[in-house]
Amino acid sequence: MAKVLYNEPSPLETLVISRNFRKEGSETLDGYLANDGYKAFLKAKEMTPEAIIEEVKTSALRGRGGAGFPTGLKWSFVPRTSPKPKYIVINADESEPGTCKDRLLMEYDPHQLIEGIIIAGLAMDAHKGYLYIRGEYRFIIEHMNRAIEEAYKRGYLGKNICGTGFDFDLYTHSGAGAYECGEETALLDSLEGKRGIPRMKPPFPAVAGAWACPTLLNNVETFATIPAIIRDGGAAYAALGVPKSGGTRLLCISGHVNKPGVYEVPLGYPMMKAINDIAGGMRGGRKLKAVVPGGSSCPILRADECDVPMDYDSIAKIGSMMGSGGMVVLDETTDMVKFALRIMRFYAHESCGWCIPCREGTTWLRKILQRFDDGGGRKDDVRVLGEVSKNMLGRTFCALGDAAAMPTISIVEKFSEDFDKRLAMQGSGLVTING
Amino acid sequence: MANLVKVKINGQEFEAEKGTLLIEAARQNGIEIPAFCYYEGYSLQAACRMCLVEVEGTPKLQVGCTLPVDVNRDGSPMVVHTESETVKSARKGTLELLLTNHPLDCPVCDKGGECELQDMVFKYGAGESRYSETKVHTPEKQWSPVVFFDAPRCILCYRCVRACNEGMGVGALGIGNRGVIAEIIPNKHDHLECDECGSCIDICPVGALTSGTYRYQTRPWEMNHVGTVCTHCGDGCKTTLGVRDGEIMRGNNRDRSGINDEFLCVKGRYAFDFVNHPDRLQSPMLKNASGGHDPISWSQALDMVAKKFSEVKARNGKFGIIGSNHTTNEENYFLQKFARQGLGTKNIDHHRTGDLATLFDALSGKNDTLASVGDLYTAKAVLVVGNDLSQQHPLLANQIRANFRHHAAHIYTVTTGEVREDKQSIAKVRVKQGGELAGVESLREQLKAEASLVILFGDSVQGDSLRKLVAFGDSLGIPVKYIGLVDYSNSRGAFDMGIIPRDGGLSREQMLAATDLDVLWVVGANPLKSATLASNAFVVVSEMFMTETAKRADLILPAASAYEKSGTVTNVTGEVQKLKPAAKVMGTKTDLEIAGSIAKEMGLNLGIWLPDKMLEEIRSTVHGYNVPMPILSTGGAAPTQPLNGRVAALPGTIASSGDTLFTSGTLGRYSKMLNSVMEAPGALYGGNK
Repeated sequence: MAKVLYNEPSPLETLVISRNFRKEGSETLDGYLANDGYKAFLKAKEMTPEAIIEEVKTSALRGRGGAGFPTGLKWSFVPRTSPKPKYIVINADESEPGTCKDRLLMEYDPHQLIEGIIIAGLAMDAHKGYLYIRGEYRFIIEHMNRAIEEAYKRGYLGKNICGTGFDFDLYTHSGAGAYECGEETALLDSLEGKRGIPRMKPPFPAVAGAWACPTLLNNVETFATIPAIIRDGGAAYAALGVPKSGGTRLLCISGHVNKPGVYEVPLGYPMMKAINDIAGGMRGGRKLKAVVPGGSSCPILRADECDVPMDYDSIAKIGSMMGSGGMVVLDETTDMVKFALRIMRFYAHESCGWCIPCREGTTWLRKILQRFDDGGGRKDDVRVLGEVSKNMLGRTFCALGDAAAMPTISIVEKFSEDFDKRLAMQGSGLVTING
Repeated sequence: MANLVKVKINGQEFEAEKGTLLIEAARQNGIEIPAFCYYEGYSLQAACRMCLVEVEGTPKLQVGCTLPVDVNRDGSPMVVHTESETVKSARKGTLELLLTNHPLDCPVCDKGGECELQDMVFKYGAGESRYSETKVHTPEKQWSPVVFFDAPRCILCYRCVRACNEGMGVGALGIGNRGVIAEIIPNKHDHLECDECGSCIDICPVGALTSGTYRYQTRPWEMNHVGTVCTHCGDGCKTTLGVRDGEIMRGNNRDRSGINDEFLCVKGRYAFDFVNHPDRLQSPMLKNASGGHDPISWSQALDMVAKKFSEVKARNGKFGIIGSNHTTNEENYFLQKFARQGLGTKNIDHHRTGDLATLFDALSGKNDTLASVGDLYTAKAVLVVGNDLSQQHPLLANQIRANFRHHAAHIYTVTTGEVREDKQSIAKVRVKQGGELAGVESLREQLKAEASLVILFGDSVQGDSLRKLVAFGDSLGIPVKYIGLVDYSNSRGAFDMGIIPRDGGLSREQMLAATDLDVLWVVGANPLKSATLASNAFVVVSEMFMTETAKRADLILPAASAYEKSGTVTNVTGEVQKLKPAAKVMGTKTDLEIAGSIAKEMGLNLGIWLPDKMLEEIRSTVHGYNVPMPILSTGGAAPTQPLNGRVAALPGTIASSGDTLFTSGTLGRYSKMLNSVMEAPGALYGGNK
């Protein structure tokens, strides 16, 4: 039976972590072994933990969860010689709107992820890992459980892996549907069986994470990249990308393009080329209006800002973020009032309620936007939307408040004409207040 | 030695210990950084975002309640601005956000006038709100007879959650839902099963948690506040009673005066309501032919008692006097003086609930061996023997919990059942009643390794086993202090003042059993609840209520409660504190006034029976009670050291009443509130009784 693929591949892709995706049987251990599977682990076993971490540093890999923190540096923060047990926690709570890459990594190449995790275990002297998967990914949890079971049976997990004397146990843990639990410390609380609320930092998870023990916590994509780095060398991986942003990453292109999908491109790939060449250009030949470059938390980019290489620093320079790779492309027909409302409904629903600015602010913004969209907008609203967002920005306990504020601020600043248009329509009697 | 570093706040340079939280460092120097969720002594939340300040060199505003003071990397002092325009506008913004869903029903809110949110908005808030959307509303909920919750008023500062979980060790409050509909929820789905202590209500900065006994009764500014001492258990908590027109409206200790800081249990906070119980006796009563009682006037009553006492005294008859665990030191002192000097009898006793005589005897000749309430907070190790502290001595239990929380003290328990202190203990030993000493012995090696120890023990350790316990303490080779637990608000004072059958007097049991007793004078006690009077004695009872003993009385004299009089009481750890009258109940007299009036009628000269005069006499005659007046007069607790050489053994039995958090001897029966919150004894309340 031919494999059902998520989208047509593009010849312009650079395949590193998705190289097995299209191969028959890629989700099985045999399929993985046929493609150099677990060789990186055996290679890593011959290296010292310091050398593994050094290799990761050389690769210039940056965390793929959204914040883009240099992975090698993060690894070096974990006190490997601590007498406490060390844990590896894998963030598979993929919940940033627009992002759908981790599920593919787990669905099409689960053993690549497992191999990355046990290599991290080697480097950290950790013997237990927890794969925290969002609850909505029920089938992925089952899929991962099958892969883990297979790995145990064939000696790639458990006691004495591949006869090397290294032990590692990996468990899946289901989230319960909270966006907040994708924040690393909230994830840890949830993993420990508590209410998923972010923790105070410091201490950072590297020092006191799961059960107050040193914990290495990275995104699925980050761990899945490790085997390639060890196999081909950090320098070779780094060379694929640009300085300070090494390698490739999965780009989840959605929205008004002809060929939405997940594509692997090197860091620094031009955004317009990704839209026009890889994703097949704008749907129906319409004009590009805006791009959300890396998940709904990122400040939105106007069409004229989109001629930019996609790496962490270049996008930061124009005031947005590389984020989680969830790229949402919007054409000229998009009503930015509705778009802002849709985003804010998400954040108001997902705010955990811990701190005041996020809890009260997201709902206030949602209510204004809802009223505005319902036809009850006031001239003052645009200003209030901006001001309330700015009151939240940088003042909340965790990044969720910022994630709600940043897109809103950018939308009301860059697309105020959409709001004005709605106000004008109200005056014309074309819409009535229905709220 | 403290590691002091410099910190610059609002242009002024201060010194603070490295690692001090910025909010504290500022506070120590008179600079207020406003906050809701920060609460001294409890874990940090950083949730309310009111304490954001500007720190030079950091782009974002910093959270003052979690930021430790330290020097910058280059060694220069941290430069902080708490009143810059950015900080002020952030505060204003946060308050505006807080008020978006707050109902602003201040005119009918209990908290109006003493609400932290009101104060903050007044000081830092904006004049008007830009919020014009609908507010989230949920109906008010009643969680228990004393706890009501109005979610819309709640600002989610989590103080109540911490007070219950960390402070009380109960953990009955949590958080449900998320986002704007997140709210505090009780442990049993729709109601609370807990200590009903009301800490959550007191600590609430707004009117979200309100008290079932106080809500909608008064405005805060209509009350006067009277700081006195709770009259229930022996711990001696200071309670500040809110009084309006002579009626007690509420009890709390928000001013943190006294040995209990702001701690109060259910009794201290609510169980003042017996004062106004309709069954209060308000007139002297004389027994009639049918066995009932008829009211008579005070002058008739006093005349009758004086005549009877004089007549029995003149024919060398037999008196028996039973004093109280609740009356003041002055009253007790005067009563024993009345007995010994006025009536010439040694037959005086009270319901003894702990073996203080043996303890003091065993400790004679040793210095610094009695622990105070404060010691329990600082002790390196605490050993609890044979008592369910969180039920019977809530303040002592609270001190131990706080010590564990803040100083990681080592707690040991030797009890017959599960107690709350087990949760913090490093070793718990379960014994059968009477096996306490063997249990203690099994901890010898661990205890020897401690730097110092406080041992608390209940009535199951008395007589010989108490001597053995002290010998055990001596043999550890470390400094050991003791607390002999006694039940009631002035149990300790009654003993110290000499309401005891020393020098060959009859004990309480012996008085009741004597067939030739002529007069039994009972002051604020109920011995006939569980015993019978063998003789045909003339019984005079001064009481607040028609107890079993009062029913038997030939003459009943209506007495004032502790909340209606002046004087001093001594708590379980021997600390003396002053009572202040808060209420007045018509027709009653204090026991000092009653005894004094009888003495006057009898023509006895026993000194001036005014509380202050009596205290002077106590200070000069009772060993260890020469307490500093400035401490007492300003509402402080003055420690006493009554150890005075050998103490002879006393006749009679010693037994605790085994009150729980929700009972308080006779008084508890007349507290409507206590009866309404009575919890079924569960695993948590297994206790020792």
